Formats: sequence, structure tokens, C-alpha cells
Amino acid sequence: MIPMNMVTPPPELAAITALQSKLVSALRPILPEHALLWEPEDTIPYECDGLAAYRKMPLAVALPETEAQVVQILKICFDMQVPIVPRGSGTGLSGGAMPISQGLVLSLAKLKKIINIDPFTRTAVVQPGVRNLAISEAVAHLGLYYAPDPSSQIACSIGGNVNENSGGVHCLKYGLTLHNVLRVRGILMNGEIVEFGSLAPDSPGLDLLAIVLGSEGMLAVVTEVTVKLVAKPKLARVIMASFDDIEKGGNAVAAIIAAGIIPAGLEMMDQATTRAVEEFVNAGYDLEAAAILLCESDGTPEEVAEEIERMTKVLEQSGASGIRISTDETERLKFWSGRKNAFPAAGRIAADYYCMDGTIPRRHIATLLKRIQGMEKKYGLGCLNVFHAGDGNMHPLILFNGADEEEWHRAEEFGTDILEACVELGGTITGEHGVGLEKINSMCIQFGEGERESFWGVKSAFDPEKLLNPDKGIPTLSRCAEYGRMRISGGKLPHPELERF
Amino acid sequence: MNAANPIIGTFREQILNAASNKTRLSIEGGGTKSWYGNPNNHTKLDTRTYSGILEYQPEELVITACSGTPLKEIEAALKEKNQMLAFEPPHFGEHATFGGAIAAGLAGPNRISVGNLRDFVLGARILDGKGQDLSFGGQVMKNVAGYDISRLMPGSMGTLSLLLEASVKVLPKPAAIATLRCHIPQEKALRTLNEWAGQPLPISASCWTGNPSGEGQLTIRLAGAVAAIKAAIPLMSSLVNASEVDPQSAEIFWNELREHQLPLFENLAADQTLYRLALPAACGPLTIPSANNEIILEWHGQQRWIKAPGDEATFNLIKQLVSSHGGHATRFKQGASVNPQFQRFTLLSEQVHSKALELVQERLRSAFDPAGVFATKRLP
Repeated sequence: MIPMNMVTPPPELAAITALQSKLVSALRPILPEHALLWEPEDTIPYECDGLAAYRKMPLAVALPETEAQVVQILKICFDMQVPIVPRGSGTGLSGGAMPISQGLVLSLAKLKKIINIDPFTRTAVVQPGVRNLAISEAVAHLGLYYAPDPSSQIACSIGGNVNENSGGVHCLKYGLTLHNVLRVRGILMNGEIVEFGSLAPDSPGLDLLAIVLGSEGMLAVVTEVTVKLVAKPKLARVIMASFDDIEKGGNAVAAIIAAGIIPAGLEMMDQATTRAVEEFVNAGYDLEAAAILLCESDGTPEEVAEEIERMTKVLEQSGASGIRISTDETERLKFWSGRKNAFPAAGRIAADYYCMDGTIPRRHIATLLKRIQGMEKKYGLGCLNVFHAGDGNMHPLILFNGADEEEWHRAEEFGTDILEACVELGGTITGEHGVGLEKINSMCIQFGEGERESFWGVKSAFDPEKLLNPDKGIPTLSRCAEYGRMRISGGKLPHPELERF
Repeated sequence: MNAANPIIGTFREQILNAASNKTRLSIEGGGTKSWYGNPNNHTKLDTRTYSGILEYQPEELVITACSGTPLKEIEAALKEKNQMLAFEPPHFGEHATFGGAIAAGLAGPNRISVGNLRDFVLGARILDGKGQDLSFGGQVMKNVAGYDISRLMPGSMGTLSLLLEASVKVLPKPAAIATLRCHIPQEKALRTLNEWAGQPLPISASCWTGNPSGEGQLTIRLAGAVAAIKAAIPLMSSLVNASEVDPQSAEIFWNELREHQLPLFENLAADQTLYRLALPAACGPLTIPSANNEIILEWHGQQRWIKAPGDEATFNLIKQLVSSHGGHATRFKQGASVNPQFQRFTLLSEQVHSKALELVQERLRSAFDPAGVFATKRLP
């Protein structure tokens, strides 16, 4: 005889199945057949974003094709109190688009029209699913481009960029998404259409656009974005400088800024990285250098010549052991190729890599790099260091083998250690990848209870029912308490040298 | 930082007292912008006792200071290192403070090329309406941990929380500056400026002044690398028949524009109001029937200043006109006999697709300030 509990699914699963069929039948009338997925074989591609270590299956996935459908979906979910996880291209690196098992994934990927391009006012109105690079491509013939260029720009969507406040290699000079978006049209969880910002230089009331940018899909669902376009520089050239010592490289970064220069790009790679990428791209990197700096200048030919000369002088004074300046576009791209391919190169030399995203004040670059060297020994794992040196945003790539559960845990611990070091050095746990699910525990370290409570206050102001991406970004009080216990019992107290209140 | 600071302790006490007595506090620094925004008679909270630069490392491009620090002290420290507050906040008086500049959220002529004040704010330490000492953001350029609460403070005019300290990004002063001036009708000036803005030209600021019929002069500031300025001057001059203004008079002009000391801004008649119009780049010349005085256009036409009668009918007409072009209008400064109770700002409910945001804003304010200590309505 089969016992009863073998034929009936466990109560939790039964509840999920019941909710799923209720949700699907509510959404079916408003969406075309192909725009609603719920069979596991269809929804499995949505179980994670770019952070593949975090996975969960959603109740269903909706792929609306119009803003009106988005409004209807939100209203239905609001009435049923079903949480929503908005999703763009799924390239995020912090698990911000990981599904909720009792929730709906709302993909904005099919809203991918460029609605309007206005060369006179240098603006473009685009739907959230438009890829970052597609905007620049669409306006290239006008001598314009969209400045923020995250490494994933070939695939990532503007809606995702808005939600992460994405940067890129040129944001030191051209700013983040925040500085390049004028207006966001979005839908609140209750289905109301709202507009943040405008085409005017400012808007009435509090600056809600500033808070929506980088809000990780927790405040509103973006349906339209007006971006600023800027004139494409006539020329760009890059200096590649070698340093036989990481400290000298770090100091050179500070010296360039102190000389009153804002380079278009200022990137650094450590020796482990240059060796890994050189094999991959043959860019001619100096493999003996402890660190390589890439300093780009752009503008008119006159401006570039002047700036290159000034930067070269500073780099020489900072003790660069070698300096090469790109002579043409091919060579410039070749110099950049290693930096741009650091991630795939990491993927070639290790089974998996875990990308961190802390930011620190520039003057601490060398300090942090030395600490990371120590951690490599402590955790028995290698680490490649590439970073946006100009703004202190580091991307250590921790190498590990994901098939080995224990090794992944060590990689996670390694990562957490790096983030704590960033906070201690006066920086932040995430410069551009977002908190998502991945860094939610680290939020307990960076912020006190009062700050976290304020974040929940902001969340509730937009989404009182807490249905929009509710498990991401901000940790609950109990989660932080639990995390605090775990960190202490798991080993020694982190940073015992710090005073604790 | 210093949690036991006695000055902060006094502020906290004031806030907690107000909360328990159900009274409100009007935050004030040097009082140089006290006429801006809706007036109130609530008890003042004077920030000037909390003053001083806390951290400034030129190579980090960041300055951190207490809100009561004189703005001129900050600018002097930056000048010494050849750096600047690139958004050029107006002082409007000798005693302007750092916190006051941030709370007002105003920017000067450079805004069109470098961005708004809020773009430069990296971090803030505040006391909320519960007297909680909170820090958001930090001193680094890239930071996406948690909602960007520090950037809610600019332009909030003291209605959200008390700003204790802020970190703002600073920039190196440009290597070279030049100013060009020409006679050009308003319509052509707007068109030319927008065309130029789409080209890699080193324009940092623009100002058109003229009469309502469209006659006037355009002043353009170039800033950047020496070579870039040298190359741009002949190119631009020949296009609009402009001539270079001597550096000293140019500096005076841009400063008078920033500080509202040009003739249009002065001598406001008792029954008049100085209106500020914020408009999209696409907006051409606007005709306001009752505005017969000189007008000033800044930021390539995106910020316009007009003097017109201060009655509600005129403001309504201006609001409608500006809003139909996608912008908004403010009663920036009022003449002595204009009713001080007139709403100074365009309301969210008067803007397309913004009505629902009124509720969001209200909930946001009560999250930071449940007892309404800062609910002065100075900014609606």
C-alpha cells in the first residue's frame, strides 16, 4: 500500500502549484500565448541571471510586449499579492533577477523599440529592453553616442542599467547611468504610470529620479527611458604604462588626478591578469610588470595631443618602467583588448570565477591589492585583479572550481573578506554590480540598523506591500542578526582591531 | 564618525523636543536664500555651529564638510589646489553655507556642461526626524549599495532631514577659459547652441540676454584644454560673428550671472515676481504677454529668467505655457507687495504622470520624519 503522503504532494508544493495555476489563468487573457511561460522546460532559462551560482524556479515568466500589458500584469499581481522580479537581459552579476519561488518573473526583454532619436536635443527615448550598445549604434551616424559603457554593453539592457546605475570604463569622465538619464517612465506596483525626471534640467518636488536609478527593480518597473546623447570625440588614444611595483602604479593613478587631468579611461591590471589575458589576446603586454595602467585621452586631436603629453610626464615621474602610446585605432583597441577580455580569460584558466565589485578611495588601491595577495594564501585560491582605477572600483576575479562545493564556499568567504576590507578602507561593497541577493549579508556590515530601516522606509514609500523584487537589496533585521551570529561562530570575529559598539 | 559630538547632540535635542511638542523646525544656514521657497515662521535650527572641512584630498576629487561650513571657505580650500565645485552653486550673499547650497540644490552657469548639483553629491550624514544619526553613500564615485538616499537631499530644502555633513565630488579647474560674445536673435541663439552642443566643442556655459521681441546678445564660455580652446575660438567666432571678451570683464559677467547681480535680477518692482522656467532643450522662444522686461536664458535655453506681474493669473498662465513644453516654473523671488502665501512651485499634481508621486513623496517624508519636524512646506 502506498501511504497517503506519497501520492499527495507536500502541502507547500501543493500551494505553489495552486497559486501557479491561478496566476497563469489570470494572466492568460491579457498576454499572447508565447508571452507567458510556466512549464519548467520553458522557465528554466530564467532561473538565474549572470550570477549562476544563485538559482530558483519562478511560478511563471511573463514577457509583455506593450506598456499596457505591463500595467495589467502588475495590477493582477498586486490584487493576488504575488511578488514580481523584473528582469532585463539577465546579465546582472549580483543575483538581482533571481526568481522568487512564489513569484512571477517579469521580463522586459520584448519592450525593445527605440521610440525616438532627437539629434537636435541630443536625446533618445527607448524602451527598457533596448541593449546599451544598440543605442550608440543607432545614433553613430549623427556623431553621437550614449556614454556609459558597462563591459556587458553588447547584451545588457538600458532598463537593467537604470536599475543598477551601471558605469563602465569611461565613467570617470562621462559619468554613470545617473548622469546620463534624464527621464524614466515606470509603473508602480499598484499599476499606476509615473514619470521620474523630465527633459527639463530639473523637476518639481523631491528628486525621485535619483532614488529610482540604481534601485534594483525594487521601486518601479521601468517602461521607458530618455537618455542623454553626447558628441562622439574625434579621436581617442591610450597610454599603456608598466610598473614594477603595485604601489607605484597605484600612486601614479592618484598623481594623474592630482595633476588636474580627468582621463577618459584609467584602468589597471595586475600581473596575474596580464599573464592570463596575454595568452588569450596577444596584446603585447609587459609580462614582467607588476601592474599595467591604461590611460585614455579623447577629444579633438589638439586636446588629445596636449593631454597625452601631460599624462606621459606624470607617469614617467611616477616611476613607470615602460610607456607605450597607441599610434592608431587598431593599436588602441589592441591595448584595450586584454582589459575587455579579462573575464573570458579568467574563464579559460579556471573552471569558474567569482567577480567582486568593491570600491575604495584611490589612495588605498595598493593596500587592498596587498591584502588580497594575503587572502589568496589564506583561502588557497587565485585571484586576478582588474579595476577601474580612476574611480577606485575593483573587480577581483576569484578563481575556483564550481564542481567542488567546498571550493565555492571558500570563494564566497574570500569575496566577503574582500568586501569587508573595502568597507574598512572607507569604500563600499558594490560600485556598479548592485547588491541583489549576493551582497545582501554584506549590507549588514556596511550599514547600521538605522540606515537599513531608512532603506525599508524608501521601499515602502513606493511599494508598501513589498511585492517588487522584495527579497533583494536590503537585508531584514533578523537576517543581519543571523548573519552576525554566523560570522562570529564561523571563525574569529572579522577585524578584531576595530572598536565595536 | 564622532557620535558624541555635543553640537550634534544639541541638534538632536532640538529635533526630539520639536517631535514631542508637535512643532516644526526651519533649518537655516547663513540665511542668504531664506527668501527662496514657501515662507514659514517656525523655530529656526541654525546649522552654522556645525562648521568645518572634515576631509579634503585633492587626488580623490572629493571634499567632505559640515553643513554649516561657509561656502566661501570650501571654495577657497579648493582654489588653493586648483579645483572647484564644478556646478557653481550661487552664494546669494556673504554667509552662504555648504549645507544651504545643497539643500537649495541650485547650480550656476556651468550646469549645462557638467551636470546638476545632485550629480556631484556622493554621500551625506543626516539627522532624521527621529534624531537618528545616519550615513548614506560615501566618498567614492561609484557606489550602488542601498538606495541613493544622499542624492535625495539636494533641493529638498530642509523638508526631509537635517543635513549634517556631505561629501561632494570636485573637479580640476579647466586649463584654459575664453568668453565670446555676439549679437544674435533669441531663436537663432537657441538653435545654434543646441547644434554646437551636439559637436565636440568645449562649451561650458551660455547666456542670452535680450528683449521679449527677440533682439539680444549671446555670451558663451569655453573651458578645457589650451589647444581645444585655441582651435574653437576662430571656428565659433566666424559662425556667429562673435568677438572675444577680455578675461577680467568675462569673469565679472559670469559671476554676476551666477550671483543674480545682472540688472534683470535687481530692482524687482513691488508687484512683480522673478520667475524661473526650467525647460527642455527643444523649447524655442516663449512669449509671455505681460513680461515686458529684459529676459535671460541660461543653460542653452533650459533655464530662463523673466520678470512679470506677481499675481496668480500670471503664474498660472506661465505654468500652463511652460508645462505644455514639458517644463516647470517657479516663483523664484517676489516683490514686496506680492502675497507671500502664493505657492512658489509647480506641484507634482500639475505635472503629467506625476500625481501618484505625491503620495510616494508624502510617504517618503514620513519615513524619515514621522512627526513632521521638518514639514515646513518650504518645498511642497
